[in-house]
Amino acid sequence: MATTERLTSGGVGDAVLRKEDRKFVTGEGRYVDDLKLPGMLHAAFVRSSFGHAKINSIDASAALAMPGVHAVLTNATLPVETGVLSASNPGGDVRHPEQAILAKEFARYVGEPVAMVIADNRYLARDAADAVQVDYDPVPVVVDAEKALEPGAPLVHAEYDSNLVKTLAHVTDGFADALAKAPKKISLRVVNQRVTPMPMETRGCIGDWSNSTGEVTLYTSTQVAHFVRTFVSIVCGTSEAKVRVVTPDVGGGFGAKLNTYREEFAVCAASKVVGRPVKWIEDRTENAVATIHGRDQVQYYEAGVDENGKILALKFDAVQNNGAYNQLLTPSISHLTLFMVPGCYDIQDVSITIRQVFTNTTPTDASRGAGRPEATHGIERLMDAIADDLGIDAAEVRRRNFIKADQFPYTSATGLAYDSGEYHETLEVALELSEYAGFEARRAEAAKRGKYRGIGLSTYVEVCGLAPSAVTAALGIGAPGWEHSTVRLHPTGKATVITGTSPHGQGHATSWSQITQTELGIPFDDVEVIHGDTAFQPYGLGTYGSRSLAVGGIALYRSLGKVREKARELAAHLLECSIDDLEWTGTSWQVKGSPDRAKTIQELAYAGWASASLPEGIEPVLEATTFHDPPNFTFPFGTHVCEVEIDQATGHVEVVNYTAVDDCGNVITPMIVDGQVHGGIIQGLGQALFEETVYSEDGHMLTPTLVEYLVPSAADVPPMTLHRTTTPSTSNPMGVKGIGEAGTIAASSAIVNAAVDALSVIGVRHLEMPMQPSRIWNVMQEATS
Amino acid sequence: MIPSTLEYTKATSLDEALAAVKAGARPLAGGMSLMPMMRLRLAAPGAVVDLGGVPELVGICEDGDEIAVGAMTTHRSVANDPLIREHCHVVAQAAAGVGSMTIRNRGTIGGSLAHADPHGDLPAAILAAGGAVIVRGSGGERRIDVGDLITSYLTTSLAEDELITQVRLPKGAGQSAYAKFHRRAIDWSIIGVGVSIGADGVRAAATGVGDHPTRLTGFESVLNAGGSLEDAIAKAGEGLSPLGDLDGSTEYKLHLVGVLAAQAHAEASSR
Ligand SMILES: Cc1cc2nc3c(=O)[nH]c(=O)nc-3n(C[C@H](O)[C@H](O)[C@H](O)COP(=O)(O)OP(=O)(O)OC[C@H]3O[C@@H](n4cnc5c(N)ncnc54)[C@H](O)[C@@H]3O)c2cc1C
Repeated sequence: MATTERLTSGGVGDAVLRKEDRKFVTGEGRYVDDLKLPGMLHAAFVRSSFGHAKINSIDASAALAMPGVHAVLTNATLPVETGVLSASNPGGDVRHPEQAILAKEFARYVGEPVAMVIADNRYLARDAADAVQVDYDPVPVVVDAEKALEPGAPLVHAEYDSNLVKTLAHVTDGFADALAKAPKKISLRVVNQRVTPMPMETRGCIGDWSNSTGEVTLYTSTQVAHFVRTFVSIVCGTSEAKVRVVTPDVGGGFGAKLNTYREEFAVCAASKVVGRPVKWIEDRTENAVATIHGRDQVQYYEAGVDENGKILALKFDAVQNNGAYNQLLTPSISHLTLFMVPGCYDIQDVSITIRQVFTNTTPTDASRGAGRPEATHGIERLMDAIADDLGIDAAEVRRRNFIKADQFPYTSATGLAYDSGEYHETLEVALELSEYAGFEARRAEAAKRGKYRGIGLSTYVEVCGLAPSAVTAALGIGAPGWEHSTVRLHPTGKATVITGTSPHGQGHATSWSQITQTELGIPFDDVEVIHGDTAFQPYGLGTYGSRSLAVGGIALYRSLGKVREKARELAAHLLECSIDDLEWTGTSWQVKGSPDRAKTIQELAYAGWASASLPEGIEPVLEATTFHDPPNFTFPFGTHVCEVEIDQATGHVEVVNYTAVDDCGNVITPMIVDGQVHGGIIQGLGQALFEETVYSEDGHMLTPTLVEYLVPSAADVPPMTLHRTTTPSTSNPMGVKGIGEAGTIAASSAIVNAAVDALSVIGVRHLEMPMQPSRIWNVMQEATS
Repeated sequence: MIPSTLEYTKATSLDEALAAVKAGARPLAGGMSLMPMMRLRLAAPGAVVDLGGVPELVGICEDGDEIAVGAMTTHRSVANDPLIREHCHVVAQAAAGVGSMTIRNRGTIGGSLAHADPHGDLPAAILAAGGAVIVRGSGGERRIDVGDLITSYLTTSLAEDELITQVRLPKGAGQSAYAKFHRRAIDWSIIGVGVSIGADGVRAAATGVGDHPTRLTGFESVLNAGGSLEDAIAKAGEGLSPLGDLDGSTEYKLHLVGVLAAQAHAEASSR
C-alpha cells in the first residue's frame, strides 16, 4: 500500500509527495557541518580510554606547543557553572551524580570527555588531542547491570553506597491474591540488549559567544532546541534571553538528539575563552561512545493464567542499565516501560519493579520507542510462551486477553487512560493478509529445502503524544508537554507556520502545509513552515515520542481555527452581515446561499493587513498563536506478522515475509506514515537480527565502528505488506495518534516470535536478540544433541 | 575518524609511482581499506601516491594460458569480465560478492591482495584458483604465488618499495566457485571458501580461518585421493583454528568451513 502518486490537492489525507525532499535528495540540505562562520576554530575531545579510572594529571604541553593550537581546556579551566542537567526525577529520590562537562576526578566510561583542544582545523585539533597526556589510574569496572547490583560490586560513584539509581514500583491492591489464585504460573526471562540509535548525521555543534554582549548562538543538531537553550543558559551562566539555539537540517535523531550534551555546553564555554566561534563535529567512532545508547534492560516475567490462557496477574521485575550518569531523561525511559507492561491486554492486576542501575558504560536514554519497545517485546514473548505452554494458538491467546472495543476508554492497571482501540480488528485483518491460516504448508515446503520456517505475531499498543503537562509534572519531569504554533497570513495571502516541533526527517513542512490547506484554504504550496530556531519561536518542546502531530499538529489546528474565526469577523464586517450569516466554503467565508457574496481567505489576509476598515475591537493582521497542552496521550496500536526461514546448516535467519497492520487514527500524509512504518520495522529488524552494543568486562567498547555494529542496509530489507485500519483518537479534534515509533515497537517481537516458532519443531522455546547466526546455530546444536 | 595530515600525489606512470613508493609514499589504490585505516588512525602514512592515474595498471587480457589482470582493475570489472567468468570463475564470483556496489566500483584486485585482510575474499579465491602476482620494485620484476604473498595479518612478502603490477589468473580454473557466509548483504565474509576443480585435481582455500588465506589441505587430499565428499567435508577444517569473536566461536567457524566447502564444491562441479 505504498502511496507515492502526487495528487493535485494537498489537503489532509492526500497522497502528496514531501515538500522537503527535493532539497534533501539533491544534496542541498544544510547541516551543522555545512556552516562555516568567520574566524571559526575547531574542537576535538580527549576521551577516556578506560571504563573507570582516576585522573591523576593532564599534561597538555606538547599539544599547546603545536602551531595552530589555541587552547587545551580541562575541568579546571572550562568556564561553566554546573555539570550536565537531567530533567528527570520520577517519583523523587533519583540519584543524580554530578556529570561535569569535562571529567573531574574520575572518568567513568570509555569515551567520557576529559579535555578539549581548540585548534585552527579539525585535523590539527585531532593531532593535538592525541598529544595530550592523561595520567590515569584504572580502578575496578562494572558494565553489567545485574552484576552492578551484587554486594561488593565496584561502585560507579563512590559517594553512594550502591549502584542503584532508583527503584520504580507499582503494585495493584489485588495482585497478591490474583497471582495466588491463578491455576498456572508461567515465567520468562527476556534480555533487551543495548543498542545505539545511530542517526546518519552524527551530532555536531558550533558555539559563538560574544564577550561584549554575553550573547551566545549555538548551532546544534538536536531534536529539542529550546531545552538546549534553557540548559545552556544555566550551565554557561548567562541569561536565557541572550541564548539563541539554531538547528539547521538534522539528519536523523532516533532519540539520540533528544538530549543536551556536554559538547553543546563545552563549545559555548570554549568560544567564550578563545573569543571565536568553536565547532565540533562528532565522528562515527566517537558517536559510538559519546552519544547515548538505548534499551539494556533485563526482564523477569511471571504470569498467573487460567486454563484458557487468560492472564489474571502479571509480575514484572526488571533491571535497567542507566549507564554512568543520568542524561536528560534517562530515569524516565524505564518509567515508560512501567506504563506499558500490560500492553494491549486486559490485565487487572500487576506488580512491577524496575531497578535502575549505574554502570561504567555510556548513559542510556531515549532510543526510538524509548521504554515502550522493551515492554512490548517482553509481553509479546510472554504471550507466545503462554500459548506454547497451554497448547493454544498464538493468535487465539491474544484474542482471549485483548481489551475489547467496548471497554474504551480503558483505564490500564498502570493508570493510563487508553483513548480508543479495535485490537481484534487489526489482528483479524493481519491474519488474513499474511495468510496465517495456510502457514503449515509453507513450513512443510521450507523443510524440504533445509529451512526451518516459522511465523510470529506482535500485537502492540503504545503511548504517544507526549505529554499532558500535569502528567509530566506528576512523573517528576521538570518540563511540560505542550506545544506551540503560530500561523501568520501575509498581505499576499501566503502563510507562514511557525511550529515548536523540530523535524529531523519526519516531513512536518509537508504535513503542516496539508493541515493548513484543509483548515484555512491556503494552498499547500503557499505555506512555509519554520522550525528549529529559538529566535522565531516563543518556546517549543521539540520532536520525540511520536508527539509532533498529536500535540504540535493540534496546536497548529487550533491556531488555524483562530485565524479562520478572526477572518470570519472581518468578512462579516466587509460584507456587512452578521457572522451567523456566513458559512465556510473551505477557501472563503460566504453569505449562506449567496456564492457571489464571499471573501476568500487571501482577500481577508490582505484586508486584515491593510486595516482600511476593521470591525471594532479587532487588531490588524490575521495571525494567531496557540500553546496546546494535550488533555491525554494517544494510543496507536496494531498487529505485525512476520515469517522467517532459518538455514539449518548455518543458523542464518532471513525474514521472508512481513505484514504490518497499523492503526494511528486519522492519517494526514499517507506516504509519511508508510515511510515511518517501513523505517520503524527496519530498525526493529536491526535489533532483532543484527545490532548490539557490546562492552568487554573491563569496560571496553567492542562495537566502535559500523563494521562491528551492524545496522541493516537497503539490501537487508525484507518484503513488507502494509495496511491500516482507522480508529480515530478521542484525545484530540483531528483524531490523530502518531506513528513514529510503532514499527520499531512491534517488529522485534514479531521477528523473534517467528524464529522461536521456526525452531519449535526441535524444541526451542525462547531466543535472545540479536539472533546472529552463531547464536542460532548454538541453540540448534543444543536442541538437537 | 580524522586522518592525520599527509602529502598526496597522483602518479601518471608506473615509473613515477615506483619512484614515489621508493621515496616512502604509501600506494593508494581504491582506498576502500587504506582510507578507513587512516581515519581510524591505524595507518598514518606521511605521504600517499595515488595509483589511479597509471594506465599500465588497468585492464584484463589473455596471455597464453593465463589471464593478466592489471592491479588497479576494480572488483566490478573483474566480476563482469567474460574471460574471467569463463576461465577463472571463482575469482569473478568472489569479486561480485565484495561489499556493496560502491565498494566494488572503487576497490581493486591489487589493493585487496596487498592489503591482506584476513577476511578478504579475493585472496582466498585467487589462492584456490592457483594465481600469482607480478611485482616490481627497485630490484626489478618478480613473480610471487599468491600462497607466498600473504604471510600474516595485514602483512605481505612485498618489499617496502615494491608494487603489485599484475595479477595472473590460470585459465584452467573454469570449473570453480566461491561460497561466502556473512551477516548483512554488504559484509565481509565471516568465512569464505573457494574451490577449483582443475586438471591437477581439487584446490580449495578459505578466508576468515586465520591470519592469512589458507588452503584446505584436509578437504583437498581426501578428494584428490578419490575419497567421498562427506569425508572431505569432515576434514575441511583440519589444521585450522579460527579465533572466536562476535561473529562466532571457533567451533562454529570450523563448521562453516565444511558447509561452505560443500556448497562451493557442488557449484563448481555443476559448471
Ligand atoms: C564497507 C566495505 C565492505 C567491504 N567488503 C569486502 C568484502 O566483502 N570482501 C572483500 O574481500 N573486501 C571487502 N572490502 C575491502 C575491499 O575489497 C577493498 O577494495 C580492498 O580490501 C582494498 O582494495 P583497494 O583498491 O581499495 O586498496 P586500498 O585501500 O587503496 O589499499 C589497501 C592497501 O594495499 C596497498 N596497495 C594498494 N594497491 C597496491 C599495489 N598495487 N601494490 C602494492 N600495494 C598496494 C595500499 O598501500 C594499502 O596498504 C570492503 C570494504 C569496505 C569499505
